[in-house]
Amino acid sequence: MSVSVQEADFDIGAEIAAITAGRTDIGGLAVFAGLVRDLVAAAPGAAPTELTLEHYPGMTERMIEEIEAEAHARWPLLATRVVHRHGRLRAGDRIVLVIAASAHRAAAFDACQFLMDWLKTRAPFWKLEASGGAARWVAARASDDDAAARWQPSDDL
Amino acid sequence: MRVRYFAWLKQRVGVAEEMVAPPATVVDVAGLMAWLKGRGAPYDTAFEPDEVIRVAVNQVYARRDAPVRPGDEVAFFPPVTGG
Repeated sequence: MSVSVQEADFDIGAEIAAITAGRTDIGGLAVFAGLVRDLVAAAPGAAPTELTLEHYPGMTERMIEEIEAEAHARWPLLATRVVHRHGRLRAGDRIVLVIAASAHRAAAFDACQFLMDWLKTRAPFWKLEASGGAARWVAARASDDDAAARWQPSDDL
Repeated sequence: MRVRYFAWLKQRVGVAEEMVAPPATVVDVAGLMAWLKGRGAPYDTAFEPDEVIRVAVNQVYARRDAPVRPGDEVAFFPPVTGG
């Protein structure tokens, strides 16, 4: 289990190399990378979408560690890795990386999806979106709550 | 007691954090929210709509009936939107 909350970009290849280094028991890795999506159709001369990610230092890391521990309790995982960026990001930038490693693919796929679903609804991050000179806080989506709830009803939020 | 605010709640209140000393009658999250709102602007409107506000006590999610004590760190924030 490993968590990094950082401003710096991450290298997906390097992260995969690190999680698999020196071991031969891993049969499958599920890797999810989230990117900043451009929300406005790129009109000629329009400024691209810019995102500022605020977080709650301390609680963020603790929550992600709890979510990782929950994933390890549910599936036979050999390793997990979560990297989440904060600060100012632009459309196209990498924002989040989740890797789940297991002997077989089913656990890796399921755990990777679970980690993302719970991270989105529990880890204390907030997106401030700016485009065309206007900034607004991104609203939480009911579809994310639904995605998280299918793993287990959320009773502690 | 250290109170922290994040995202639009921080913008509405105007500070990221502050030290407060509520009366001894404030014993839980709900009581603390009511006491903060009772201080008037901008608190009275900052927490609306009240039911969407998430709370953490000492960096752990807490319900409205969770106890709060002097020395605690209590954070108020909107639903999270990371990932």
